[in-house]
Amino acid sequence: MELQAVLMAAGGGSRMMDLTYNTPKPLLPVGNKPLIWYPLNLLERVGFEEVIVITTKEVQKMISTDPKVKLDVKMKLDLVCIQEDADMGTADALRHIQQKVKTDVLVVSCDLITDAALHEVVDLFRAHNATLSMLMSKAHEFTETVPGQKGKKKTGEQRDFVGVDDTGKRLLFMANEADLDEGVVIRKSIMRKHPRMHIKTGLVDAHLYCLKKSVVDFLADNKSISSIRGELVPYLVRKQFSKSTNSPKVIDETHQNLKKNDKIQISSRDEELLHLTQERSCWNDHRGDMSDAYHGGRLRCYVHIMDEGICYRVNTLAAYIEANRLAPKLFDEPAVHPSAVVSERCLIGADSIIGASCQISDKTSIKRSTIGVSTTVREKVKVTNSIIMHGVTIEEGCNIQGSVICSNAVIGRGADIKYCLVGSHSTAREHNSKIAPEKRLTECHRAEVNITYHYKSITYNNCHKVSK
Amino acid sequence: NEGKELSKEEKQRLRKQKKQQKKQKERKNEKSETEKEKTPVSLLPPPRPVATQKAPSALPAPASAPIPVPASAPFHSSPAPSPADKPAKSKAELKAERRARQETDRAAKQPGSSSSGIKTKVPLSELNPVVKRLPEHVQVDDPAVVKRLAKKLERQQIPLRSDYGYKVSLFSHLHQYSRKAPLTQQLSIPSTVIHPSIVRLGLQYSQGIVAGSNARSVALLHAFKQVIRDYTTPPNEELSRDLVNKLKPYISFLNQCRPLSASMGNAIKYIKKEISNIPSQCKEEEAKTKLLTCIDRYIEEKIVLAAKAISKYAIEKISDGDVILVYGCSSLVNNILCEAFEKSRKFRVIVVDSRPRLEGREALRRLVQRGISCTYVLISALSYILPEVSKVFLGAHALLANGYVMSRVGTSQIALVARTFNVPVLVCCETYKFCEKVQTDSFVSNELDDPDDLMVTRKGKTQLENWQDVSSLGLLNLVYDVTPPDFVDLVITDLGMIPCTSVPVVLRVKNLDQ
Repeated sequence: MELQAVLMAAGGGSRMMDLTYNTPKPLLPVGNKPLIWYPLNLLERVGFEEVIVITTKEVQKMISTDPKVKLDVKMKLDLVCIQEDADMGTADALRHIQQKVKTDVLVVSCDLITDAALHEVVDLFRAHNATLSMLMSKAHEFTETVPGQKGKKKTGEQRDFVGVDDTGKRLLFMANEADLDEGVVIRKSIMRKHPRMHIKTGLVDAHLYCLKKSVVDFLADNKSISSIRGELVPYLVRKQFSKSTNSPKVIDETHQNLKKNDKIQISSRDEELLHLTQERSCWNDHRGDMSDAYHGGRLRCYVHIMDEGICYRVNTLAAYIEANRLAPKLFDEPAVHPSAVVSERCLIGADSIIGASCQISDKTSIKRSTIGVSTTVREKVKVTNSIIMHGVTIEEGCNIQGSVICSNAVIGRGADIKYCLVGSHSTAREHNSKIAPEKRLTECHRAEVNITYHYKSITYNNCHKVSK
Repeated sequence: NEGKELSKEEKQRLRKQKKQQKKQKERKNEKSETEKEKTPVSLLPPPRPVATQKAPSALPAPASAPIPVPASAPFHSSPAPSPADKPAKSKAELKAERRARQETDRAAKQPGSSSSGIKTKVPLSELNPVVKRLPEHVQVDDPAVVKRLAKKLERQQIPLRSDYGYKVSLFSHLHQYSRKAPLTQQLSIPSTVIHPSIVRLGLQYSQGIVAGSNARSVALLHAFKQVIRDYTTPPNEELSRDLVNKLKPYISFLNQCRPLSASMGNAIKYIKKEISNIPSQCKEEEAKTKLLTCIDRYIEEKIVLAAKAISKYAIEKISDGDVILVYGCSSLVNNILCEAFEKSRKFRVIVVDSRPRLEGREALRRLVQRGISCTYVLISALSYILPEVSKVFLGAHALLANGYVMSRVGTSQIALVARTFNVPVLVCCETYKFCEKVQTDSFVSNELDDPDDLMVTRKGKTQLENWQDVSSLGLLNLVYDVTPPDFVDLVITDLGMIPCTSVPVVLRVKNLDQ
């Protein structure tokens, strides 16, 4: 077996608490499919037959009953549960399943939506016998207005500095702005070996990593590393150029100590053959200095940077909205689900999706929106640029623009909602009527709007004001 | 012992013939004129009785047969289709019979010389029933052959790699692939059909990470070791038969990634022979360890020790004060020069390089790293520096049965110009690269590399960027060319220093040994 796929679905979605306080992140609907369906579909299309899914008990229960996942996903899912409150990082999760890992792994995050050609990443991993190979993409500006945000720029978003060599494939440097004190510090050993380095900042890390099995074993020994993206990857990138890795590297040694005696002999004889091959081959990955291919280093990290194509990580509200706009373009399924009851006198735009078992009444107009499963939309409703999740009831005469209405919400008659986020199970009444006392209430001020909305979780304090 | 070997060889031969007969019947139903015209020898072996006699060792085909037919397998079936089952015919009698028949056939051929190709080839087939086909990789412009190849690949579940770009008409019978469209695009990612180490190897071949005849063979054998290690015999199958069948799709896959070299072909033949020779009562673990040691021994003997032997002979030819010219990056020649330098010979080296591969830079780096003083020129400056040169050392990709040297494109130019300047040309080649093909020109069988390699970007501008739009423009990136033996003064092999024309003798000796 060449590669094992591991899907990380235990994250909390801490950057979009408005959406995830009720629904766990892997099951958020994007284009009427649960978020976790997208990476599973990617893996299935590429040819995987088994996936190890690391998730929480709650998600496990919901996945096993979710119709979309059960019907469409033909692969065998091996669900591994971890405690929700254990606060495990992705590397901790890998350590947790170390016994199941028998070969090199492909780690994917559950919030990745992409149409990338995975073989590019894996080919780098195979051809150069790399230790790490990852996928990155040029970031696109989000054009949609996000409900509840003042202005466009997100504050506190830290930049990532990624350094690649001249070919654009070899990863030389990776650091986050948060870890740097004053400036970007690049070691002389890197500059000596790769005098031309391109440093890029506008890249999105797709959180898709091909890791060698020895790395997973190394993680088992080094319990201090808890996040793949935050700690392991920068560590491996730095280790490429450390002096000790020119002799049998640290990672290799711990692995070899675990092997039996005869296996060590096998690997050493094979190493000799590989060394002989490299010696006799007239190929070098760089030119201009006197060193052998790869500068004699054994640890190599590669990155494939996508220029075109869709690659989103749905971990913020803005990304979620953008993904909902674009996700339907990935697959050509009919926009209107066959089981939806759509009356004749309504206008449904071409880029809208209507989910299963919906009821759309007369004189409604739905443009550039996603309507979830089992939603009821009454007459004379105008829905534009919005995301309506499952089980929502929208009464007559409503006007919803640029908003996100979470599942099971009720929008009263005549409500005019612009660029708001309505939490799940909440009700927006017609007028400023009284709300049940146990719920926290935040009011929204605007000339014609009469909504009040409230959240279940009392800890959430911010007011989502209308952006205009 | 020999009797047992014979029976095994016999069985294999008979199996082959039965297969050929079946194929003949199939092809008879749907053959085309053009196809027949292309194949030099027809494929109609007569029905043979079970116990025919054959010569115990391979008869040297070029020497005895009046028609030079390149032999494809080390086992040559006897050319005597005697209907009578005479068990113990001597070699001489067989030869005499064959010659007599050939003469009668030739006499019969004379009046009917204008007959179609089919008829003239029937008598030939009676003489030499070994199947002789033009290999598929040189018949790419024949749609029937391409269809056959596609069907074969489909059966083996290997994706077909499509040709790229406009091919120059003289070379339109060869494959031309693009490096930007790797074969792995059409494979599933955890590759189940093809062993992962073979997929890795194919990628390394197509991207040029493993380049050079020796490196490719060593990498191939290394990957085969992994395959053998991971192999388990399915129930009701014999390891000797099943493992060979398992290797066939892998070899097709590697062929699709990059056409196999002659050295790789010989290595594969050796392994297949070793596998088939495993006795059926051998246990699987034992068989596997035996095969692994065989592979290690092959590499050790044919590549590593051969290199040492060749260096020893070659160093005798290098004298102090020599100016040696080398071309491109040949691992063997670099080895020789480094060893000579260590044995304190005083010489300097001129490295000649050519586009688009510019392999000479790598050779230059390796030599200068050792401390050898080098000069670097491009091949266009060859005639200007040759007056300074005292010897030319060339590496070879393969040595053909008629004494021609197949090597990197440009080698024949170097040999030609060196001959004009009366500079001795020495070719260094291990014996495992000797191949039984016969070629007199570089057109028939060659390799076309990615034409986009010829594009150069200088100061941000690539002049040939849109070469595909110009209808009358074709880019040709040849990889190999063939040097005639008149330009080569000496071939240094691990068996000694031989003239170029002695290659068939070495081949014969090798076959006798096996």
